[in-house]
Order: sequence, then C-alpha cells, then structure tokens
Amino acid sequence: MTGNGSWIDAARAASWLRAAAAAVHDQRDLLTELDSAIGDADHGLNLDRGMSAVIAQLDADADPPASPGALLKRAGMTLVSTVGGASGPLYGTLLLRMATSVGDAKSLDAKDFAVALRAGLDGVRARGKAEAGDKTLIDALAPACDALDGTLASGASFAEALSAAARAADAGRDATVPLVARKGRASYLGERSAGHQDPGATSMALLIAAAGTPAEG
Amino acid sequence: MKKLLNDPATVVVDALRGMAAAHPELRVDLEHRVVVRADAPSQGRVGLVSGGGSGHEPLHAGFVGPGMLDAACAGEVFTSPVPDQILAATTAVDGGAGVLHIVKNYTGDVMNFEMAAEFAADNGTEVACVVIDDDVAVQDSTWTAGRRGVGATLVVEKIAGAAAAQGRPLAEVAQLARRVNDEGRSMGMALTSCTVPAVGHPTFDLAENQMEIGIGIHGEPGRRRVPLASAAEVAAMLVEPILADRDFAGADGVLLFVNGMGATPLMELYLMYDQVSALLDRAGVRVARSLVGSYVTSLDMAGCSVTVVGLDDRLIGLWDAPVCTPALRWGA
Repeated sequence: MTGNGSWIDAARAASWLRAAAAAVHDQRDLLTELDSAIGDADHGLNLDRGMSAVIAQLDADADPPASPGALLKRAGMTLVSTVGGASGPLYGTLLLRMATSVGDAKSLDAKDFAVALRAGLDGVRARGKAEAGDKTLIDALAPACDALDGTLASGASFAEALSAAARAADAGRDATVPLVARKGRASYLGERSAGHQDPGATSMALLIAAAGTPAEG
Repeated sequence: MKKLLNDPATVVVDALRGMAAAHPELRVDLEHRVVVRADAPSQGRVGLVSGGGSGHEPLHAGFVGPGMLDAACAGEVFTSPVPDQILAATTAVDGGAGVLHIVKNYTGDVMNFEMAAEFAADNGTEVACVVIDDDVAVQDSTWTAGRRGVGATLVVEKIAGAAAAQGRPLAEVAQLARRVNDEGRSMGMALTSCTVPAVGHPTFDLAENQMEIGIGIHGEPGRRRVPLASAAEVAAMLVEPILADRDFAGADGVLLFVNGMGATPLMELYLMYDQVSALLDRAGVRVARSLVGSYVTSLDMAGCSVTVVGLDDRLIGLWDAPVCTPALRWGA
C-alpha cells in the first residue's frame, strides 16, 4: 500500500486487503493451533474463509469501488456475513468504522489513515466491550494506532510510520503471552490462559503488517 | 480422523440437507442455513429464534417445531451464526407479536445476535433477547466473558416455547425465559476431546487415565484436569459446585437433566442419573421432572453434564405442555 507515494486510493486499499488475506491464508494453521490452546480451534479457518470471500469479490469486480471507503465498507460487510464467531463482528466493525471515518474521499493521506484506524479501534472496543490488556486483538491494534500517530507526529514518512505500526503490533501480540484473558472464550480458562499467545492479536498483527507491504503491479 | 463425511468443508449444509429430507414438517433454507417451522410465521404469536455453532446437535435445529422453537440458525462448527442468518430467521418467524432471541453466552454469539437484532429493529421487527449463562464451571465476574450457556438452553427453549404457544406476549415470554435461566445451573465433564471435522485431529489431548472437569461444549478445555475416577466420584464433582452455587431446597422441585456430550452411551447416562439423583436426594432437593439423553452435545466428545433447574407449578406445567420437534416430543 505504501508503493511509491504516500497516498491511498481504492487500488492501494485493495492491495492491502489482498496482502492481509494472503498472510492469513499462509498462517491459518498457526492461528488455529493458537486458538486450540486457549479457544475453540477455529480462528484460522474462519478468518481465512472470510478474507477469501473478500478477495473473491475483488477478483469478480467489473466495476470496482471508486473510493477506499466504499471498498472497506464492502469488505467489512463481507467479513460480518462470512466469518462468524467473535472475529466476524470485530474485524467487520473495524473495517466499517474505518469506512465511515474516511467517507467518500478518493484518496487518503497518512493522517487520514491513522485517524480511520483509530476510529476502527474505538468501534472494536465498543463492540467487544474490551480494553487493552484483556488478551484480545486490541492488544495488537491499540499499540499500532499509537505508533502510527507518534511517528507521523515526529515527521516520519507514511512508509516509516506503517513499519513502526507493524513493529508495535508484533510487540503487542508477543506481550499477550503472559496475560490472563478477560474476554472471549479464553477467559473461561482463567489463569490457565497465561503462557499462550492470543490468536486474535496474532491475526491483527498480520493485518497491520500487510498495510506496509508494498503494492504489487 | 474417522468420521462419516464427504467433505469437511460442507459438513454443516450436508447435514441440513438430510434434516430437510427427514423432516418435511420443517422448512430448511440451505442458503442461510436456517431451519424454520413450515407453518411459520404464526400471526399474532411470539416467534422464538435460537442458534449457535453447529456440532451441538440436536441443539438447536432439533428443537424446532410446535411447542418449542420457530427457527434455528446453524453456524459453522462451533462458530456463531452470522447476522444475515439470524435476520433471515427472525424475519421468517415474525408474526407481528415480536421475536425472542435465545442466545448462549459466548462472545461471538452475543455480538452476532446483537448486530442481527439491530438490523431487525431497522426493519420494524420487535426483538427481545435472553442470554443463557448456566455453567457454574466458569467464575462469574465482570472481568471475564461470564458464564457459558450450556444445558439450561434446552429447558429455556422448551418452557419459552410452551408460553409462546399459549399466546403469551413477548415481554412475558422473555421474562419466563430469563427466570428459567436464573433458576438453572450446569456443570460438565469430558472423558475425551472432540474432533472438529475441518481440523481433523482432537482439539486437546486427554490421557487414557485423565478426565477434564468443568468442560464447555466447544472442546475448550475445562478448569481442572484430574485422574479418572468412578461414576460416583464424578457425580459428586458435578453436583457439589451446582448446589454450592444455588439453594434448590426451597424450590417446589427441580428438573434434573443428565446430558451426554455426544459419544457417551445412554447406559452410562442412566448410571450417572442414578448417582446424581441420589446426591440430590441426600441434599434435600426433590426431583420433580427428569430428562436423560444426548441433547446439548460437543461432536464426538465422551462425557456428560448435569443441569438442575428450580421449578414451580407454572414452570412444571409449561415443561409438561405438548411439544413436537425432531428431538423432543411428548403430549398431545
């Protein structure tokens, strides 16, 4: 999505989703393994199914959405209808709130993207009634938002800010290992959830990293 | 993995197709994966919709029919249905008197039903929701997702279904459903894990000489792994936390429901019923009604759960009312 410029148009947003879908597909077994330790062993399968549906729509597009917002809205609705579990409403809400935040703008700058991602974070918090430290995907998403804002404020390029966000998401994901889960099925394990990496934070880190993957073609 | 399958990816819809063939009295919408009473909607009567991940059969689609649910939504295995499905079911059973959503307390189920209720309200359908959380294995706390919905779900669906069949208004049906949930407590255990078809291997490993106490119905591990014990000892491990959590001695009697997890023979369930009912008797709890069988299952898991629901005359009357569904049928 960074490509050679710092603007995101609908095509760049599509390549973000493609990169995210490819990463989820590659890591689906890992996500499912992580989920079988503290959840119900379906995270990789479900997210892969949903992201594949998003990509199938992109592939079938005769008349693709003209704005990043329209594209994110459609992808969000698709995730809500295809993923199920908690991940569908949460990832769907993330993309739908980002879509609302950016409106009809044909292209977004780094600041627009950072504001949209934070709007998505707020939506996920409200839908899941969860906060940072609960051992959920918020533990990767919230630090990524902070890193984006911080690096952009200090004058970094969009590409630099996205790679800082990816590093922050990875660190947030790794930091879920010792946490005791307070939301989702992992919370039923109580103290036994400690010592395992959160599957939702793991997939969220893939989504954030994909934003920094240079667009192909 | 040894299962009767064609393709793990299509197991849910393949099973629904069989259900449609076996039960012409039901309307099966394969696209939305929704099972609806063929005569729905009933004008002027509250509609009851439940649903959840597949793999718990006969819950929920097996309880669709006169006297119980109007529709059930089947999610992927152990995965909540999505809002589109729930909305399709809600619309199909809306006879103008409102629709009650009966939702087991899992993060995904609650969020998906919540989104569907928002969409249905936009379409002008009045929706009430009752969340079932009867599993005493989970510590109830504001810091967790709360207790899980397990065996009491069947009892709520039966009693709310009877009230809806009597023509009670939505608020009253919802209130009765909440009351049954408040009166219900459950505790489960596993002898073996289960295998999700698309995963192909057991969700967790349990050694030959071990069992898991406090198991949920999704193959998620319980709270305690202990050495395998006799049925009498297992019965005590299940009954004690239930009685510690609620005093049933004051009730007019209780419903005792001994449930199989999917791979446990009925012989063992009756053996457990004998142990459990003796413990209740010793604690001064009178069993007024009983149910024994595999109704709220976890695929091919071996094990059982115990559900105790405090009853009064009205609830007993509603439990006894006629019901005619694929999995539960008695009365007229």
